[in-house]
Amino acid sequence: MTASLLSFYIFSTVILLSSLMVITSKNPVHSVLFLILTFFNGAGLFIILHAEFLAMILIIVYVGAVAVLFLFVVMMLDFKISLDKNNILQYLPIGFFVGVVFISELIIVLINTKFDLSNIQILVNPMIKFENLTNTEAIGSILYTDYILYFQLSGVILLVAMIGSIVLTLRTREGVKRQSIQSQLDRNYKSTITMVDPKSNEGVDI
Amino acid sequence: MIELNQFLILSALLFSIGVIGIFLNRKNVIIILMSIEIILLSVNINLVSFSYFLGDLTGQIISLFVLTVAAAEAAIGLAILVIYNRNAGTIEIEKINSLKG
Repeated sequence: MTASLLSFYIFSTVILLSSLMVITSKNPVHSVLFLILTFFNGAGLFIILHAEFLAMILIIVYVGAVAVLFLFVVMMLDFKISLDKNNILQYLPIGFFVGVVFISELIIVLINTKFDLSNIQILVNPMIKFENLTNTEAIGSILYTDYILYFQLSGVILLVAMIGSIVLTLRTREGVKRQSIQSQLDRNYKSTITMVDPKSNEGVDI
Repeated sequence: MIELNQFLILSALLFSIGVIGIFLNRKNVIIILMSIEIILLSVNINLVSFSYFLGDLTGQIISLFVLTVAAAEAAIGLAILVIYNRNAGTIEIEKINSLKG
């Protein structure tokens, strides 16, 4: 048993167990932590497949951003954890049926099929061209040339997501004093200060 | 040596766990969003394993775009969740029934 096969079995066992724990644990915080474990093991599988850049991106984006965002929302929302089992058992038969049918069909197909990938000739971006480059350089040399339009479109998607989530969660509170820059800039000398010349013993009308 | 079918079976199992998670979960919407993330991870494993065994980098590029869209989707979904919790006071799936669907 080679080292890569052994590590594949370790990573796949842990990824399956931790993803099962994500969907079964009662506490949502535990779910998020098991989701982080799932992503780490997914990154390990990517490293076995020689996709180092995607492995690092998976850790940075998913663990660093998405999972922490989940954790943040779980801890901010402060919802009650309902513990009654009736709700779970209500949908257990249909969920179990769909899941078992899905798994068994896919695995029957995959075990009986032998993929012969050796004589496939149509490769769009073959890796042979990048033999002396690292994975990151190879991805960059394709991503910024052939896929530049899709790259920029994904940037637009992220911009729309950012604006959308800000607009969705923004709320204006009543009774909060704010700085109004426009009214501050509109003030000038003539509208603010008046010169008066009071007579003696009479004071000034305000 | 590892074969392609092993990765595909792992990916199918992970996908099914995500689908079962969507079906079984009746507690809150956050678990459903996490199940969607698990499904997207299994799709990414599929794409990257085909990319490796075919010797073609396109799968990794597509996987990168899937990651981008998944991050955007998680941000929007959580924002909707926050404002729903602010308006309705709950995110339990049993109680989200104002559409009477």
